[in-house]
Amino acid sequence: MSIIKIENLSVQYLEQEDKALDEISLEVEEGEFVAILGAHGAGKTTLCLSINGIVPNMINADMFGIIEVAGEVPPKIPVRELARKVGSVFDNPEFQMSQLTVFEEVALGLQNLGVDKETIIENITTSLELVGLSGFEERSPFEISGGQQQRLAMASALSMKPQILVLDEPTSNLDPIGKEEVFTVTRKINQEEGLTVIIAEHEVEVIAEYADKVILLEQGKITQVGTPEELFPKIVEMQSNVGVRIPQITDFASRVPNKFQGSIPVTVEQAIESYIQ
Amino acid sequence: MSGTEIKCTKVGHTYPNGVQAIKDVDVTINQGEMVSVVGQNGSGKTTLVKHFNGLLKPTDGDITVGDLNTRENPVGLLAERVGYVFQNPNHQIFAASVHEELSFGLKNIGLGESEIEIKVKDIAEEFLLTEYLELNPYRLGFSLRKTVGMASIIAMEPDVVILDEPTTGQDYSGVKTIKESMAKLKSEGKTVIVVSHDMPLVAEETDRVLVMCNTELIFDGPPADLFINKPILEKTNLKPPQITAFAEAKNYGNNEKAILSVDDALKYT
Repeated sequence: MSIIKIENLSVQYLEQEDKALDEISLEVEEGEFVAILGAHGAGKTTLCLSINGIVPNMINADMFGIIEVAGEVPPKIPVRELARKVGSVFDNPEFQMSQLTVFEEVALGLQNLGVDKETIIENITTSLELVGLSGFEERSPFEISGGQQQRLAMASALSMKPQILVLDEPTSNLDPIGKEEVFTVTRKINQEEGLTVIIAEHEVEVIAEYADKVILLEQGKITQVGTPEELFPKIVEMQSNVGVRIPQITDFASRVPNKFQGSIPVTVEQAIESYIQ
Repeated sequence: MSGTEIKCTKVGHTYPNGVQAIKDVDVTINQGEMVSVVGQNGSGKTTLVKHFNGLLKPTDGDITVGDLNTRENPVGLLAERVGYVFQNPNHQIFAASVHEELSFGLKNIGLGESEIEIKVKDIAEEFLLTEYLELNPYRLGFSLRKTVGMASIIAMEPDVVILDEPTTGQDYSGVKTIKESMAKLKSEGKTVIVVSHDMPLVAEETDRVLVMCNTELIFDGPPADLFINKPILEKTNLKPPQITAFAEAKNYGNNEKAILSVDDALKYT
């Protein structure tokens, strides 16, 4: 069943000439792991912000077309109401932190929704556990590592029990260990909790491994949709046009395709398996 | 002229809170070298490079930048020779427009207005920033803001350019621009020191890697030697580039040296 349905959606920011999204159509199935790729300015952030309702509810823009997310029409309900169905994580976790302790940080959103105390405590405990931050309750959000901060931001989003998690370049500011922590948790909530994941990300090696579906945005339009195995080999020749890197191994294999059985690999494991000695 | 050699003799640094970040580092970086500094967070790599332009002064040992001992000379003077591009552009950028940001350092080193204008125009073209010159840097996305930070340092033409995590959060063209400007700096005889977790960048663009681990410099050599050195890779949790890992697993290419790039690998097909 599709959980996100977008038809001919266009978004135009008020002071800008070009449309940020230009008549895009997209369906996402429940439980899918969807990666959005594209150069800076291609519309990745606008797509994320349209799904969680920040555009046009908090960032003013004209929006045309159809968008339905988890049974709601984002422009028509308040962002914090929608947060119960769509959690959001951004690229700069420290900007999201405001409380003295990790516990209070996660509690904040729930308190604002007027949830009762027992449920709040239960939700905080389970979401901190989910992101591997049990035991951090009394720590300051400002004195933990970047990867931990980002997982805390994920816990805040997850405490609302959303069906979808939208992550906009969640690892851009993190070191390799922090990146790995965030990707591991993201995969876990997708695989074990069944959440639908929408992630805009430049780490194509990880996308190749994790994503069910990859969307390529170019100047506000969706120009390719497919599995990593379908999509990455297609963009080998146009990396500079579309502004997206491909995994190094795909680049290599596509130049010597006769050395590989079947399709062009997108991960090292696939390459090792399909290489003809 | 011999340019600016950076020489560390038994350098150690203990922070005021008692934490020792680096110890006993002996290394000399010659003018024109392309060097990367790698290691996990907390290994001491950022502390080490912050000594190269006097942002930090050693608590043990000595560092000379050209003929200047960093203990005895102010950061302002050292910065004319060694430019430092921060990982997070928000820690560096403060001007109200991209133009002003790019002019600031040039004014500080005493250039005249017309000269500044020419340099700003050139550097903006090189880094594809011309169309943003009048904008506030904070209106630009993270990646472009980072490019502004890099351009403003390179505009001053220091002998040595330090790049702290230049490629994180950059898209394809951002990474390409960075690689091109590294190559250009090399061709101009500049020293480039890049602190990075981006192993393909380290493998493809630099000739010498310094590996920091738990406050110490534990490896100093070419990337082709590093990426076949299992004990060092394991100890530091460094992951070689995909192509290197693949070649290694399949015994592909030359067993003495690691394969460092796709082009490198294609030579053996």
